[in-house]
Amino acid sequence: MFLKFLLRRLLYVIPMLFITTLIVFSLILLIPGDPVLAMLGDSATHEKIAELRQQLGLDQPVMLQYFHWLNNAIHGDLGRSIFTGQHVDEALMQTLSVTMQLVVVGMIFSIVGGIFFAVTSIYFPNSWMDYVARFFGTLGTAIPTFLVAMILIIFFSLKLNWLPATGFTSLIDGPGTFLKGIILPGFSLSLAGIAVITRHLRSSLLETMDADYVRTAYSKGVSRYRAIFKHSLQNAMLPVVTTIGLLFGTALGATVVVENIFAIPGMGQLVVNAIEQRDFTMVQGVVLVMIVMVIVINFITDIVYALLDPRIEY
Amino acid sequence: MNTETPILEVNHLKAYIPSSKGEIKPVNDISFSIKKGEIVALVGESGSGKSVSSLSIMGLNASAIKYRPESSILFEGQDLLKLKEKELRKIRGNDIAMIFQDPMSSLNPVHPIGRQIAESIILHKKVSYKEAMKLALDLLNKVGIPDAERRLNDYPHQLSGGMRQRAMIAIALACNPKLLIADEPTTALDVTIQSQILNLLRDLQKEFGISILLITHDLGVVAETADRVLVMYCGEIVEEGNVEEIFENPGHPYTKGLMDSIPSLYGPSKDILDAIPGIVPNPLELPQGCHFVTRCAFATENCHEDSPTLKKHTSGNRVACWNPLIKEGVEGR
Ligand SMILES: Nc1ncnc2c1ncn2[C@@H]1O[C@H](COP(=O)(O)OP(=O)(O)OP(=O)(O)O)[C@@H](O)[C@H]1O
Ligand code: SF4
Ligand SMILES: [Mg+2]
Repeated sequence: MFLKFLLRRLLYVIPMLFITTLIVFSLILLIPGDPVLAMLGDSATHEKIAELRQQLGLDQPVMLQYFHWLNNAIHGDLGRSIFTGQHVDEALMQTLSVTMQLVVVGMIFSIVGGIFFAVTSIYFPNSWMDYVARFFGTLGTAIPTFLVAMILIIFFSLKLNWLPATGFTSLIDGPGTFLKGIILPGFSLSLAGIAVITRHLRSSLLETMDADYVRTAYSKGVSRYRAIFKHSLQNAMLPVVTTIGLLFGTALGATVVVENIFAIPGMGQLVVNAIEQRDFTMVQGVVLVMIVMVIVINFITDIVYALLDPRIEY
Repeated sequence: MNTETPILEVNHLKAYIPSSKGEIKPVNDISFSIKKGEIVALVGESGSGKSVSSLSIMGLNASAIKYRPESSILFEGQDLLKLKEKELRKIRGNDIAMIFQDPMSSLNPVHPIGRQIAESIILHKKVSYKEAMKLALDLLNKVGIPDAERRLNDYPHQLSGGMRQRAMIAIALACNPKLLIADEPTTALDVTIQSQILNLLRDLQKEFGISILLITHDLGVVAETADRVLVMYCGEIVEEGNVEEIFENPGHPYTKGLMDSIPSLYGPSKDILDAIPGIVPNPLELPQGCHFVTRCAFATENCHEDSPTLKKHTSGNRVACWNPLIKEGVEGR
């Protein structure tokens, strides 16, 4: 039953992936500036330009360009960087693992922090914790990520010298150094997420605390603690799961800022450099991978939701 | 069947909600008792204070609702209103259990039925989860759920409305309570299932000697089930009596109106609005004197000034009315 549900969900993913490739491919065509001119400089002759165009396949009809690109992409070949000549898929492989580690840590911070603030706020109503959670839930999203990152660096790296301001070590290369290096960027990435989850879960909890089934639980003699953790929270988490799925996408986008501030060699940094250099094959590759990741996360979100809510029929 | 020792004694229960616009008194000085093994019905229109009264017994009213110090609710001699939350928790679900109107929303949608019954058992008895599940299975059989073994792992949405209410009753019965409070247990169900649930309640009362406080605005349910009836209007009890007397010889004009609105096989039934014209007054602007005066066909001048109190009549009913419909006279309090 569950397997069938998984397969059906997967079937939805395939057309989405196809549309993604179309969008990614055509977006590049819409970006202003001619990559060939960018590569050769303004002084290039007409012959030179035409030659490079032919080399890159840019002289062919757009549809043909697309199918050529798609066919290669399916076989794992996303072309070469028109700037450095490096294979795009290789560059992506190197940076993807870095970015994933950053995003996962950021999301863990967001989820743990959000649940913590929301639950304490509900458990101790009108306490200072409640006010902090409410204030933060409302204003947390308004603080720009780069500002959070700057403040963290100034305070924890420059003033206190507790944590490094730049650099990245992969988890497998050294868990200790990984942790030290990931705390500040992870937290910068998570702040908006913590705020969103706090706000959403808090209002969701407020609703479920008043639900009839929680009153039933009380009528059985359960404590407030049990009423919140065993009866309210699981129900309140349901709508928040969708929010968490969306936050993954936001966090992925925010890595562009965070990786550049903390000098983390991930996809965010890769794409910024690629854009600056008008390295359009590289940009295509990064955007494609990012969108595919968002689709995969949505897929996982759907499955988690189905596991949490027995009312969803497989 | 009825021994004389009351299991529950509500004395001068006064619940109020302070607000900026003035005080609301959802329950204003009601007193009644329930004997062992007795089914007492609490009837009245929407907003008359039935739920607030019953939730006072459980200690589960919203925190906005306060009690006057002279109120007391004695359960086996203990004043429930004076108990600490921790002590109340030992009584809830164990000695006093409750079932609610809407079984769909009253069951936790993300927990299987068996687990919801077992939780109650584990909270109050020293048993393992496995033993509790076995007891839960017995309970499901007892309340007449077919194929109970499989239902144990079902979620509420997989059950029909009637089955859900049976499951709710199984939860309530989990620890053999002495008092069961049923707040409109059949209102959300269709008619055939209603009478099945009522039969079940009556059987349980016979088999285990449970006392039941049955809250309803459906007098058909009352006639079918209850031994004694309390009629509430605007937070006060306006009539109390045995079920036969109430039906045959209603003393309060409001009770009479309720009776006239029961659909009958023999004559045309009146709509509640024909039987009792007008609307329930705004709880912030209750009329002076008798609260029913705005809708009463028998009102006289003193009804506007003085509040009638419950007086016992020769019929046995206690009626709070200056001009009761029973003409045999007053027997004193
Ligand atoms: N938490 C609350 N806050 C404010 N007012 C309340 C609250 N609970 C009850 N009331 C008020 O108390 C009065 C009695 O309500 P109650 O729920 O006891 O009525 P009821 O007799 O059970 O009616 P129904 O048949 O609709 O269930 C109503 O006027 C209601 O508005
Ligand atoms: S006291 Fe007066 S107004 Fe009230 S019910 Fe009796 S007759 Fe009617
Ligand atoms: Mg009610």
